[in-house]
Amino acid sequence: MSSTVDSYARALVDIADAEGNLAVVENELYRIARAFEANDQLRSTLNDETLPIERRQGVVEQLLSGKASNTTTQIVSFIVGNGRGRDLPAIIDAIVHRASSADNKEVAIVRTAVALSDDQQRRLADALVKKTGRQINLKVIVDPSVLGGVVATVGDTVIDGSVRSRLDQLKSRL
Amino acid sequence: MSSFISFLLSAEDPSQSISWILPEQAEYVYGGLASLIIFGLLWKFAGPQIKKAMAARTERIQKELDSSADARRNAEEEATRIRSALGDIEAERARILAEADTQAAKLLQEGRARIEVEMRDIQAKAEADIAAATSRSSDELRSEIARLSSVAAERAVSSALDDGTKQGLIEDFISKVGAS
Repeated sequence: MSSTVDSYARALVDIADAEGNLAVVENELYRIARAFEANDQLRSTLNDETLPIERRQGVVEQLLSGKASNTTTQIVSFIVGNGRGRDLPAIIDAIVHRASSADNKEVAIVRTAVALSDDQQRRLADALVKKTGRQINLKVIVDPSVLGGVVATVGDTVIDGSVRSRLDQLKSRL
Repeated sequence: MSSFISFLLSAEDPSQSISWILPEQAEYVYGGLASLIIFGLLWKFAGPQIKKAMAARTERIQKELDSSADARRNAEEEATRIRSALGDIEAERARILAEADTQAAKLLQEGRARIEVEMRDIQAKAEADIAAATSRSSDELRSEIARLSSVAAERAVSSALDDGTKQGLIEDFISKVGAS
Protein backbone atom coordinates (compact mmCIF):
# COMPACT_ATOMS: atom_id res chain seq x y z
CA MET A 1 0.00 0.00 0.00
CA SER A 2 1.45 3.34 -1.01
CA SER A 3 1.83 6.10 1.53
CA THR A 4 -0.58 8.32 -0.43
CA VAL A 5 -3.33 5.71 -0.34
CA ASP A 6 -2.69 5.14 3.37
CA SER A 7 -2.77 8.86 4.06
CA TYR A 8 -6.10 9.21 2.27
CA ALA A 9 -7.49 6.19 4.13
CA ARG A 10 -6.38 7.47 7.53
CA ALA A 11 -7.87 10.93 6.93
CA LEU A 12 -11.14 9.63 5.54
CA VAL A 13 -11.59 7.10 8.36
CA ASP A 14 -11.13 9.93 10.83
CA ILE A 15 -13.80 11.98 9.02
CA ALA A 16 -16.29 9.08 8.91
CA ASP A 17 -15.56 8.26 12.53
CA ALA A 18 -16.11 11.88 13.49
CA GLU A 19 -19.45 11.80 11.66
CA GLY A 20 -20.32 8.74 13.78
CA ASN A 21 -21.30 6.45 10.93
CA LEU A 22 -18.05 4.67 10.12
CA ALA A 23 -19.63 1.21 9.90
CA VAL A 24 -22.26 2.33 7.41
CA VAL A 25 -19.79 4.38 5.39
CA GLU A 26 -17.21 1.64 5.05
CA ASN A 27 -19.92 -0.82 4.00
CA GLU A 28 -21.17 1.56 1.35
CA LEU A 29 -17.68 2.40 0.21
CA TYR A 30 -16.83 -1.26 -0.15
CA ARG A 31 -19.83 -1.86 -2.43
CA ILE A 32 -18.94 1.25 -4.44
CA ALA A 33 -15.35 0.03 -4.89
CA ARG A 34 -16.53 -3.34 -6.22
CA ALA A 35 -18.98 -1.64 -8.57
CA PHE A 36 -16.19 0.65 -9.73
CA GLU A 37 -13.98 -2.37 -10.47
CA ALA A 38 -16.76 -4.18 -12.31
CA ASN A 39 -17.94 -1.27 -14.45
CA ASP A 40 -15.50 -0.28 -17.20
CA GLN A 41 -17.57 2.70 -18.34
CA LEU A 42 -17.79 4.15 -14.82
CA ARG A 43 -14.05 3.59 -14.32
CA SER A 44 -13.07 5.26 -17.59
CA THR A 45 -15.44 8.20 -16.94
CA LEU A 46 -14.08 8.90 -13.46
CA ASN A 47 -10.48 8.52 -14.72
CA ASP A 48 -11.00 10.67 -17.82
CA GLU A 49 -8.52 13.54 -17.48
CA THR A 50 -10.20 15.44 -20.34
CA LEU A 51 -13.41 15.79 -18.30
CA PRO A 52 -13.47 18.72 -15.83
CA ILE A 53 -13.25 17.65 -12.19
CA GLU A 54 -16.62 19.26 -11.46
CA ARG A 55 -18.19 17.12 -14.16
CA ARG A 56 -16.68 13.92 -12.73
CA GLN A 57 -17.81 14.88 -9.23
CA GLY A 58 -21.26 15.57 -10.65
CA VAL A 59 -21.38 12.04 -12.05
CA VAL A 60 -20.48 10.61 -8.62
CA GLU A 61 -23.10 12.67 -6.82
CA GLN A 62 -25.72 11.81 -9.39
CA LEU A 63 -24.98 8.09 -9.13
CA LEU A 64 -24.93 7.95 -5.34
CA SER A 65 -27.77 10.38 -4.68
CA GLY A 66 -30.36 8.60 -2.50
CA LYS A 67 -28.37 5.32 -2.65
CA ALA A 68 -25.58 6.11 -0.21
CA SER A 69 -25.13 8.29 2.85
CA ASN A 70 -24.07 11.87 2.47
CA THR A 71 -20.68 11.13 4.04
CA THR A 72 -20.01 8.29 1.61
CA THR A 73 -20.92 10.46 -1.37
CA GLN A 74 -18.70 13.27 -0.15
CA ILE A 75 -15.76 10.91 0.41
CA VAL A 76 -15.99 9.44 -3.10
CA SER A 77 -16.46 12.88 -4.61
CA PHE A 78 -13.45 14.12 -2.66
CA ILE A 79 -11.25 11.26 -3.94
CA VAL A 80 -12.37 11.78 -7.55
CA GLY A 81 -12.03 15.57 -7.19
CA ASN A 82 -8.41 15.13 -6.17
CA GLY A 83 -7.70 13.17 -9.35
CA ARG A 84 -7.38 9.90 -7.43
CA GLY A 85 -10.19 8.07 -9.20
CA ARG A 86 -7.72 5.45 -10.35
CA ASP A 87 -6.84 4.73 -6.70
CA LEU A 88 -10.44 4.64 -5.54
CA PRO A 89 -10.63 0.83 -4.88
CA ALA A 90 -7.25 0.82 -3.13
CA ILE A 91 -8.15 3.78 -0.93
CA ILE A 92 -11.53 2.24 -0.06
CA ASP A 93 -9.95 -1.13 0.73
CA ALA A 94 -7.48 0.67 2.96
CA ILE A 95 -10.36 2.47 4.64
CA VAL A 96 -12.15 -0.84 5.25
CA HIS A 97 -9.04 -2.48 6.68
CA ARG A 98 -8.25 0.52 8.83
CA ALA A 99 -11.82 0.69 10.13
CA SER A 100 -11.78 -3.04 10.86
CA SER A 101 -8.45 -2.80 12.63
CA ALA A 102 -9.82 -0.01 14.75
CA ASP A 103 -12.52 -2.43 15.95
CA ASN A 104 -10.01 -5.31 16.27
CA LYS A 105 -11.68 -7.10 13.40
CA GLU A 106 -10.37 -8.97 10.40
CA VAL A 107 -11.93 -8.28 7.01
CA ALA A 108 -13.56 -11.41 5.59
CA ILE A 109 -14.27 -11.14 1.89
CA VAL A 110 -16.99 -13.55 0.91
CA ARG A 111 -17.84 -14.28 -2.71
CA THR A 112 -21.10 -15.95 -3.60
CA ALA A 113 -23.07 -16.50 -6.79
CA VAL A 114 -26.25 -15.07 -5.21
CA ALA A 115 -26.84 -12.42 -2.57
CA LEU A 116 -26.87 -13.52 1.04
CA SER A 117 -29.71 -12.69 3.34
CA ASP A 118 -28.97 -10.82 6.57
CA ASP A 119 -29.50 -14.02 8.49
CA GLN A 120 -27.08 -15.91 6.26
CA GLN A 121 -24.50 -13.13 6.64
CA ARG A 122 -24.84 -13.25 10.41
CA ARG A 123 -24.53 -17.03 10.56
CA LEU A 124 -21.66 -17.04 8.13
CA ALA A 125 -19.85 -14.37 10.18
CA ASP A 126 -20.39 -16.43 13.32
CA ALA A 127 -19.07 -19.54 11.57
CA LEU A 128 -15.98 -17.69 10.40
CA VAL A 129 -15.37 -16.29 13.89
CA LYS A 130 -15.57 -19.83 15.22
CA LYS A 131 -13.31 -21.10 12.46
CA THR A 132 -10.62 -18.39 12.65
CA GLY A 133 -10.88 -17.32 16.25
CA ARG A 134 -10.93 -13.71 15.18
CA GLN A 135 -13.64 -11.05 15.04
CA ILE A 136 -14.89 -10.66 11.49
CA ASN A 137 -15.92 -7.68 9.38
CA LEU A 138 -17.88 -9.50 6.65
CA LYS A 139 -17.86 -8.11 3.14
CA VAL A 140 -20.03 -9.95 0.65
CA ILE A 141 -19.41 -9.76 -3.09
CA VAL A 142 -21.91 -11.26 -5.51
CA ASP A 143 -19.76 -12.92 -8.14
CA PRO A 144 -21.60 -15.08 -10.71
CA SER A 145 -18.31 -16.74 -11.72
CA VAL A 146 -18.38 -18.59 -8.40
CA LEU A 147 -21.39 -20.52 -9.87
CA GLY A 148 -22.42 -21.86 -6.47
CA GLY A 149 -21.23 -22.16 -2.90
CA VAL A 150 -18.96 -19.70 -1.11
CA VAL A 151 -15.34 -18.50 -1.24
CA ALA A 152 -14.28 -16.82 1.98
CA THR A 153 -10.96 -15.01 2.36
CA VAL A 154 -9.88 -14.00 5.86
CA GLY A 155 -6.46 -12.44 5.84
CA ASP A 156 -4.22 -15.01 4.21
CA THR A 157 -6.68 -17.86 4.75
CA VAL A 158 -8.91 -18.92 1.87
CA ILE A 159 -11.85 -21.25 2.52
CA ASP A 160 -13.07 -22.33 -0.88
CA GLY A 161 -16.37 -24.17 -1.03
CA SER A 162 -17.35 -23.00 -4.48
CA VAL A 163 -18.61 -24.99 -7.43
CA ARG A 164 -16.05 -23.10 -9.51
CA SER A 165 -13.14 -24.56 -7.56
CA ARG A 166 -14.59 -28.07 -7.87
CA LEU A 167 -14.96 -27.59 -11.63
CA ASP A 168 -11.37 -26.32 -11.78
CA GLN A 169 -10.21 -29.41 -9.88
CA LEU A 170 -12.16 -31.61 -12.30
CA LYS A 171 -10.59 -29.75 -15.24
CA SER A 172 -7.04 -30.18 -13.92
CA ARG A 173 -7.74 -33.86 -13.29
CA LEU A 174 -8.97 -34.22 -16.87
CA MET B 1 86.96 -33.63 -141.98
CA SER B 2 89.13 -33.52 -145.05
CA SER B 3 92.18 -34.80 -143.15
CA PHE B 4 90.10 -37.63 -141.78
CA ILE B 5 88.95 -38.53 -145.29
CA SER B 6 92.51 -38.37 -146.59
CA PHE B 7 93.52 -40.63 -143.65
CA LEU B 8 90.87 -43.16 -144.68
CA LEU B 9 91.93 -42.97 -148.30
CA SER B 10 95.54 -43.41 -147.35
CA ALA B 11 94.57 -46.44 -145.28
CA GLU B 12 93.21 -47.96 -148.48
CA ASP B 13 96.72 -48.25 -149.71
CA PRO B 14 98.87 -50.35 -147.43
CA SER B 15 101.85 -49.95 -149.73
CA GLN B 16 102.40 -46.36 -148.79
CA SER B 17 103.64 -47.34 -145.27
CA ILE B 18 105.28 -50.19 -143.42
CA SER B 19 102.21 -50.57 -141.30
CA TRP B 20 99.09 -48.62 -141.55
CA ILE B 21 98.69 -48.82 -137.80
CA LEU B 22 102.17 -49.36 -136.29
CA PRO B 23 104.68 -46.46 -136.22
CA GLU B 24 108.17 -46.70 -137.35
CA GLN B 25 110.80 -47.93 -134.92
CA ALA B 26 112.35 -44.59 -134.25
CA GLU B 27 109.09 -43.27 -133.22
CA TYR B 28 109.03 -45.77 -130.44
CA VAL B 29 112.12 -44.19 -129.03
CA TYR B 30 111.01 -40.64 -129.51
CA GLY B 31 107.54 -41.36 -128.49
CA GLY B 32 108.68 -43.35 -125.53
CA LEU B 33 111.03 -40.63 -124.37
CA ALA B 34 108.45 -37.98 -124.90
CA SER B 35 105.95 -40.01 -122.99
CA LEU B 36 108.44 -40.52 -120.16
CA ILE B 37 109.16 -36.82 -120.12
CA ILE B 38 105.46 -36.01 -120.12
CA PHE B 39 104.75 -38.53 -117.41
CA GLY B 40 107.75 -37.31 -115.46
CA LEU B 41 106.61 -33.72 -115.73
CA LEU B 42 103.10 -34.72 -114.79
CA TRP B 43 104.48 -36.70 -111.87
CA LYS B 44 106.68 -33.80 -110.90
CA PHE B 45 104.24 -30.95 -111.20
CA ALA B 46 100.73 -32.32 -111.33
CA GLY B 47 101.23 -35.26 -108.96
CA PRO B 48 101.33 -33.22 -105.73
CA GLN B 49 98.31 -31.21 -106.82
CA ILE B 50 96.44 -34.36 -107.65
CA LYS B 51 97.51 -35.98 -104.42
CA LYS B 52 96.49 -32.88 -102.55
CA ALA B 53 93.18 -32.72 -104.33
CA MET B 54 92.62 -36.40 -103.70
CA ALA B 55 93.59 -36.00 -100.04
CA ALA B 56 91.25 -33.01 -99.74
CA ARG B 57 88.51 -34.94 -101.44
CA THR B 58 89.20 -37.93 -99.22
CA GLU B 59 89.16 -35.66 -96.18
CA ARG B 60 85.94 -33.99 -97.34
CA ILE B 61 84.32 -37.33 -97.98
CA GLN B 62 85.56 -38.56 -94.60
CA LYS B 63 84.13 -35.45 -93.00
CA GLU B 64 80.87 -36.02 -94.77
CA LEU B 65 80.95 -39.63 -93.65
CA ASP B 66 81.74 -38.54 -90.10
CA SER B 67 79.03 -35.91 -90.23
CA SER B 68 76.60 -38.47 -91.55
CA ALA B 69 77.64 -40.83 -88.79
CA ASP B 70 77.19 -38.07 -86.23
CA ALA B 71 73.82 -37.16 -87.69
CA ARG B 72 72.79 -40.79 -87.66
CA ARG B 73 73.99 -41.19 -84.10
CA ASN B 74 72.18 -38.02 -83.07
CA ALA B 75 69.09 -39.18 -84.86
CA GLU B 76 69.30 -42.53 -83.15
CA GLU B 77 69.82 -40.79 -79.80
CA GLU B 78 66.89 -38.51 -80.53
CA ALA B 79 64.85 -41.51 -81.55
CA THR B 80 65.88 -43.24 -78.35
CA ARG B 81 65.04 -40.15 -76.34
CA ILE B 82 61.68 -39.79 -78.07
CA ARG B 83 60.96 -43.46 -77.50
CA SER B 84 61.95 -42.98 -73.88
CA ALA B 85 59.85 -39.85 -73.63
CA LEU B 86 56.95 -41.68 -75.18
CA GLY B 87 57.45 -44.38 -72.61
CA ASP B 88 57.54 -41.79 -69.84
CA ILE B 89 54.42 -40.14 -71.18
CA GLU B 90 52.68 -43.47 -71.29
CA ALA B 91 53.78 -44.17 -67.72
CA GLU B 92 52.70 -40.68 -66.62
CA ARG B 93 49.37 -41.15 -68.37
CA ALA B 94 48.93 -44.48 -66.64
CA ARG B 95 49.94 -42.92 -63.31
CA ILE B 96 47.54 -39.98 -63.75
CA LEU B 97 44.74 -42.31 -64.75
CA ALA B 98 45.45 -44.55 -61.79
CA GLU B 99 45.58 -41.53 -59.46
CA ALA B 100 42.34 -40.20 -60.94
CA ASP B 101 40.73 -43.59 -60.44
CA THR B 102 41.94 -43.65 -56.84
CA GLN B 103 40.69 -40.11 -56.22
CA ALA B 104 37.36 -40.89 -57.83
CA ALA B 105 36.99 -44.04 -55.77
CA LYS B 106 37.90 -42.13 -52.61
CA LEU B 107 35.46 -39.33 -53.43
CA LEU B 108 32.77 -41.85 -54.20
CA GLN B 109 33.39 -43.65 -50.94
CA GLU B 110 33.41 -40.41 -48.95
CA GLY B 111 30.28 -39.23 -50.75
CA ARG B 112 28.50 -42.48 -50.00
CA ALA B 113 29.58 -42.32 -46.36
CA ARG B 114 28.46 -38.69 -46.07
CA ILE B 115 25.14 -39.41 -47.75
CA GLU B 116 24.59 -42.37 -45.47
CA VAL B 117 25.26 -40.19 -42.42
CA GLU B 118 22.97 -37.47 -43.75
CA MET B 119 20.30 -40.03 -44.51
CA ARG B 120 20.58 -41.44 -41.01
CA ASP B 121 20.36 -37.91 -39.55
CA ILE B 122 17.39 -37.03 -41.73
CA GLN B 123 15.69 -40.27 -40.84
CA ALA B 124 16.35 -39.75 -37.12
CA LYS B 125 15.09 -36.16 -37.33
CA ALA B 126 12.02 -37.25 -39.26
CA GLU B 127 11.30 -39.95 -36.70
CA ALA B 128 11.78 -37.43 -33.87
CA ASP B 129 9.51 -34.93 -35.65
CA ILE B 130 6.89 -37.59 -36.22
CA ALA B 131 7.11 -38.67 -32.58
CA ALA B 132 6.92 -35.04 -31.41
CA ALA B 133 4.02 -34.31 -33.75
CA THR B 134 2.25 -37.45 -32.58
CA SER B 135 2.85 -36.53 -28.95
CA ARG B 136 1.81 -32.95 -29.62
CA SER B 137 -1.30 -34.04 -31.42
CA SER B 138 -2.07 -36.44 -28.61
CA ASP B 139 -1.50 -33.70 -26.02
CA GLU B 140 -3.57 -31.22 -28.01
CA LEU B 141 -6.32 -33.78 -28.43
CA ARG B 142 -6.20 -34.60 -24.73
CA SER B 143 -6.21 -30.90 -23.87
CA GLU B 144 -9.09 -30.25 -26.24
CA ILE B 145 -11.06 -33.16 -24.80
CA ALA B 146 -10.38 -31.85 -21.30
CA ARG B 147 -11.42 -28.34 -22.32
CA LEU B 148 -14.58 -29.54 -23.99
CA SER B 149 -15.33 -31.81 -21.06
CA SER B 150 -14.86 -29.00 -18.57
CA VAL B 151 -17.01 -26.66 -20.67
CA ALA B 152 -19.67 -29.33 -20.91
CA ALA B 153 -19.44 -30.01 -17.18
CA GLU B 154 -19.64 -26.29 -16.41
CA ARG B 155 -22.71 -25.90 -18.61
CA ALA B 156 -24.34 -28.95 -17.13
CA VAL B 157 -23.61 -27.78 -13.59
CA SER B 158 -24.69 -24.20 -14.36
CA SER B 159 -27.97 -25.35 -15.78
CA ALA B 160 -28.52 -27.62 -12.80
CA LEU B 161 -27.77 -24.86 -10.30
CA ASP B 162 -31.06 -23.15 -9.60
CA ASP B 163 -31.51 -20.65 -6.77
CA GLY B 164 -32.63 -23.35 -4.36
CA THR B 165 -29.50 -25.39 -5.05
CA LYS B 166 -27.28 -22.32 -4.69
CA GLN B 167 -28.90 -21.49 -1.36
CA GLY B 168 -28.42 -25.08 -0.30
CA LEU B 169 -24.72 -24.93 -1.17
CA ILE B 170 -24.36 -21.72 0.86
CA GLU B 171 -26.11 -23.33 3.84
CA ASP B 172 -23.85 -26.38 3.51
CA PHE B 173 -20.79 -24.12 3.52
CA ILE B 174 -21.97 -22.23 6.60
CA SER B 175 -22.69 -25.50 8.40
CA LYS B 176 -19.32 -27.04 7.53
CA VAL B 177 -17.33 -23.94 8.45
CA GLY B 178 -19.26 -23.55 11.67
CA ALA B 179 -18.76 -27.22 12.52
CA SER B 180 -15.02 -27.32 11.86
